[in-house]
Amino acid sequence: MADEALFLLLHSELVSCVYKSPEQGEAENGRCITKLESMGFRVGQGLIERFTKDTARFKDELDIMKFICKDFWTTVFKKQIDNLRTNHQGIYVLQDNKFRLLTQMSAAKQYLEHAPKYLAFTCGLIRGGLSNLGIKSIVTAEVSTMPACKFQVMIQKML
Amino acid sequence: MSRQSNRGTESKKMNSELFTLTYGALVTQLCKDYENDEDVNKQLDKMGYNIGVRLIEDFLARSNVGRCHDFRETADVIAKVAFKMYLGITPSITNWSPAGDEFSLILENNPLVDFVELPDNHSSLIYSNLLCGVLRGALEMVQMAVDVKFTQDTLKGDSVTEIRMRFIRRIEDNLPAGEE
Repeated sequence: MADEALFLLLHSELVSCVYKSPEQGEAENGRCITKLESMGFRVGQGLIERFTKDTARFKDELDIMKFICKDFWTTVFKKQIDNLRTNHQGIYVLQDNKFRLLTQMSAAKQYLEHAPKYLAFTCGLIRGGLSNLGIKSIVTAEVSTMPACKFQVMIQKML
Repeated sequence: MSRQSNRGTESKKMNSELFTLTYGALVTQLCKDYENDEDVNKQLDKMGYNIGVRLIEDFLARSNVGRCHDFRETADVIAKVAFKMYLGITPSITNWSPAGDEFSLILENNPLVDFVELPDNHSSLIYSNLLCGVLRGALEMVQMAVDVKFTQDTLKGDSVTEIRMRFIRRIEDNLPAGEE
């Protein structure tokens, strides 16, 4: 068992290591987000393999999303996703009202412009997890007031 | 790890696989970003240092450990309290130098390397070098300048992992000019 503080500090070090200069262009910013996201992706892939070792096969897409919201989120962030919504056409919105990686930062709009950096890794985490369960997706995140945030999962239909 | 096993554990405890895998992803990324292993080692140490200087606050606040009077006491606290608290392991302390300013931490199993195999072309990579930075940074915040390095590593075929710690000097309090 590791301690939570370690992961939180490692994660913020990860972010500041990827973002070398504070002032940079849009293109460079995008590259940083991609880097963080792809790290998350790898971790998500690894985690889901470990977590689903002893679970029964999933019935369908919704079942998988529920697993992500409940078990996966609980193991990683020690709470469940607070709200899961879907349009039944491949878009899911996962809302976390108290997202662990933002709680220590702010409880309002302060530092809002820095929030995306701290979400990219987790977007990758979700996408990597889903990918290893056979679902190709695009995951984005948005924050309007910290520490609440919404992850939007768009399922890409396999042709 | 099964779905149930993590429920109801202590609130500060978390899944260590998340930490291990995240660390692995970081090292992988650094190996892509930098051309040689030396630079990766350096970067890992630097990141560890940044973590250490902050982790010490968390540690002191939670552990109720007071000031250490000698290096032996420091060694005990590191091995028995700090490693236990953050990584869930208790390294053993050996190889004290006669002067009592150097010792080794022996890790039977290093949680950072749980799923790792080093490819041949990274022979000089010190995979867990972050730990050295963490120890150095944390101790610097309690006025101890210490040299930390890996001397044995299971990833490189040694039977145990050994971290060598050498006390350099006590850092004196530097008051800003004009203040008493």
